Formats: sequence, C-alpha cells, structure tokens
Amino acid sequence: MDWLYLLEISLAGIGSGGLYALTGLSFVMIYKATKVVNLAIGEMLMLGAYLMFGMASNLGWPVWMAIVAAIIGSGLGGAIVERLAIRPMLGESPISVFMVTVGLSSVMIGLVELIWTADQQRLPEFMPSDPVMLGEAFIPPKLFYGFLVAAALILIALAVFRFWRGGVALRATASDQAAAYSVGINVPRVFSLAWIAAAMIAAIAGIVVGSIGGLSSSMGVFGLSVLVVVIVGGLDSVLGALVAGLGIGLLEALAGGYLGGEYKLLATFSTLILVLMVRPYGLFGTHEIERL
Amino acid sequence: MSKPLVLDLNNIEVIYNNAVQVLRGLSLQVPRGEIVALLGSNGAGKSTTLKAISKLLALENGELTGGSIRFNDRDTAGLAPHELVRAGLFHVMEGRRVFEDLTVEENLVAATYALNGRGNAKPNFDLVYEYFPRLFERRRGLAGYLSGGEQQMLAIGRALIARPTLILLDEPSLGLAPLLVENIFSIIARINAEQGVSMLLVEQNASVALAVAHTGYIMESGKVVIDGPAEKLAADKDVREFYLGMGHGGEMKSFRDIKHYKRRKRWLS
Repeated sequence: MDWLYLLEISLAGIGSGGLYALTGLSFVMIYKATKVVNLAIGEMLMLGAYLMFGMASNLGWPVWMAIVAAIIGSGLGGAIVERLAIRPMLGESPISVFMVTVGLSSVMIGLVELIWTADQQRLPEFMPSDPVMLGEAFIPPKLFYGFLVAAALILIALAVFRFWRGGVALRATASDQAAAYSVGINVPRVFSLAWIAAAMIAAIAGIVVGSIGGLSSSMGVFGLSVLVVVIVGGLDSVLGALVAGLGIGLLEALAGGYLGGEYKLLATFSTLILVLMVRPYGLFGTHEIERL
Repeated sequence: MSKPLVLDLNNIEVIYNNAVQVLRGLSLQVPRGEIVALLGSNGAGKSTTLKAISKLLALENGELTGGSIRFNDRDTAGLAPHELVRAGLFHVMEGRRVFEDLTVEENLVAATYALNGRGNAKPNFDLVYEYFPRLFERRRGLAGYLSGGEQQMLAIGRALIARPTLILLDEPSLGLAPLLVENIFSIIARINAEQGVSMLLVEQNASVALAVAHTGYIMESGKVVIDGPAEKLAADKDVREFYLGMGHGGEMKSFRDIKHYKRRKRWLS
C-alpha cells in the first residue's frame, strides 16, 4: 500500500471537491430562493470562464481586471436571465421551469461557440505555480489555490445565510413566499439577487475550473457532477452541498486513481442511487422538497 | 361615523381564475383606532376580502375587477404587496404562516423589512416580548416547533415589529383551545388600545370577535348583509340566532329556515 499515493490522490480529490461544493452553492442559492432546479449551472460556469478569457486574451485586459469584470458580467447575465426567462415562469409547473433551464444551457453553449468557436482554449496563467507540498505530499498548486478560494466563499455564504438580514429574507422567501410578501420582503428582488449572486459564484468556480482544465464548449459537463453533489447533499442545503461536494470529489479521485478514469462517473452515480434509496431528500435536505 | 378612515373599501369585486366571482360589490370602512370585525360563514369571502386589501390575491390568481380600496386616503391600486406593508398595512394571514425553518427571532427579523424606507424607524423586539413573554423564552428555537398558540403569537408579533397603522387579522382563533383564544384576543384588544393600531378582524368565532370589536360587518356570498356597532350586533336577534348559535327560547331553527332566510335577501348593501 502506497500511503503517499493515497494521500496525494485524496488531497487532489478534496481540492476538486471544493470546486464541486462551490458550484453546488451556486445551485443551492437559486433553488433555495426560487425553487428552480437549474440545469444550466454548468453552462453558467462556462460562460463566466469564457467571459474572463474574452477580456484577458481577446481584449488584452490585465488578468485581475478581467476576473473582476467577468464576475460582474456574469452577475449581470444572471439578472437578465432571471428577469427574462425565469420570472415569467413563476407559478408554472416545476417541470416547465426545469425545461427552461435546459433550453438556457443550450443557448449558452451556442453563444459560446458562436463567439469563441468550439475549439479548446487556455486561460492565461494567474495563479502561483510553485508546487505546494503538504509534508511529503504534492498538491497541484492550481487545485490548492482553487480550493482555498472555494472554502473562503463557502464560509462567507454560510455566515451570510446565518447572520445577515438579507440571508434571513432569502430563507424566509424560500420557506413561504406569500408570508414573505406579507412581512414586507420584496420577493421579486430576492429572486433576482439570488440569481445574481449564484451567477457570480458560478463565474468564480468557472474561472478556477477553466484555469485547471482549460476551456471548451463542453465544459458544462462539470455541471453533471455538481448535480449529483447537490442531489446527494439535499437540494436546499448549503451544508449539504459542502459535505457532498468534498465527498464526491474524494470518491471520484479515489475511483480514478485506483480503478481507472472510466470508473469515476460509475462511482459517483452509484453513490447517488444509494443515497437516494436511503434518503430520498438528500443528506441534509428538507424532507418535503420536490423530487424530479 | 365622523372619525377619519384608515381603510375605505368601495364596492369591490374579486374574480378568481377569470371565472369565479367571490366578492360582489363589498363596501366597508375601518375608522382610525378601531377594531372592525368581519364575520360570516365559510366561503362568504372574508379571507378574500383581506387578500384583496393586502394585494396577496395575485399570488392565488385572484383579481380585483371593480371598486376601489383606499388606505390612509390613498388609492392602493398599482402598489405591490411589500410596498403596502411598508406603508403600514400588515396582513396576519390565515393559518399563521410563520417561517417554520427559521428561529422565532429570525421570523421577527424578517418582519423588519416592513420598516424599509421609513427613515430611522428601529425595530422594537422588546415590545413583542413584552406582549408575548413566551416568545422570549423560545426565541432561539425553530418556529416550526412552536405550539399553535405560540405560532399565532409570533404571527402577531411580526405585525408588531412592522409598526403598522392597520393590521388585517385572519382568523387568529383558528385551531386554538378556547382558553388560548381568550388570551390571544385580550392581547389583540390591548395592542389596539395601547398602540393605537386599527384592526380589521376576520373571524368564525363571532362572539369572541364582537366582544373586542367596536364595529361589526356580517357578510354572505361576497357582500355585506348587516353592519353596525358591535354591541348592537351581538344583541341582534338574527345575528344571535345564526352567528352566535343562540336561538331564543332555546330552540334551534332548522337549516331549511336559514336557507329560506338567506334567499329572502333582506339586507342589500
């Protein structure tokens, strides 16, 4: 048994798990506030990464400026999507809204291929590339810094949900829309803020994911694993996204390291089935949430 | 009625789903500082009236198709529900509707949104805990784990945080034990007297509602059929018989008579 190998693989798994958790957070945010199952989450990630790529490589902006601009641009995009595609669908059946997000993902893929073609692209390097050693174990630096960013954002989000008044408004809206209106909460505004915040988080995750694995119009497949993460964690639980994200990341890395890459998806989806059999509402989800 | 009106409903009509007419020309006034009771049997349109006033109707596919609603001398057409709340009209919905997965304290914090846009109005949590000491004991617990009575207290507490000029109360007695109902209503009367809040109270429990109200309206199938000072209504022969369940001479009339009595349309509003 090669303990060092196991350790390195586990650390790498936890690193990518952090990114799953971060993207899961973006998903949970939208689900919590608007009860929309957002299948376009992977494409929102991709769009954020491409925005940064466009501004850094095509327009030649400095990297940090491009990152900030991409995040802001994604937030704007989230607001537009919410206003034009999601809000008119409020009150329709969950399946219809779900289908709208499927359509959104195709539109976003098309948009990216129109502007940047379907070829692979590379994001400019912006993270420190010195190898990170944890004791004996080597961690890919990008994964390490990406994990730090993810962890920080998740902690902030948890604190916001718990202590900020806006977090209370979000949870109140999620719990009972009519009652939220009745205590003076501007419900449509909560919706659009949730989409804006989620799109910004997705953009950050997308930039990190893109800088590790490169850009392509099929990057949204990452969203598939994230879907597994949020379903396992419970659709409406930030903590669930965190735990399940790390868990699935670890599992994927272990399966990939010991069984071979083709077992990664097998392992995650088997876990999904097992969890759903034991806890249909996910590890930390609210019990009576909708199932699709 | 010479007192200034907080709320003035004039001939309002409400249609659900573009098909079902629920309110047919209902008029009613709430004078400043008074409790007005709105009574009637199931399906008369009492809750719909409140939702029409607070604009929560749109969430249930209902639409105000006629008449006017004036709150504090201002037509409320075109206002969003949360704007009305911020202007001082608070609707305590039927069935309490507390945010079950938030703590008691967070429920009250959520209600502070009602104070948005009112300058330096500070939420007064102590006031709520003064009226409802039980809520203070349980402030860190989830609202979903409160008993029915405590949830009703919390629902009224949220209204207190919002410092409204008018509270719409929809069946505060729903599903509560008689002793608790009296307790809640005595607090409602105290809040009205001490805070000067006007109230429009919808109730099935007519006797307890008329005991705290100044004025009463009785509605049937979408319009008002009787109105007057609460004491007069409580003493009225017909009201006693059909709404307070007290037949004179101890003999209840049969349901047939009630139907007949309804069909005669003696009171046109």
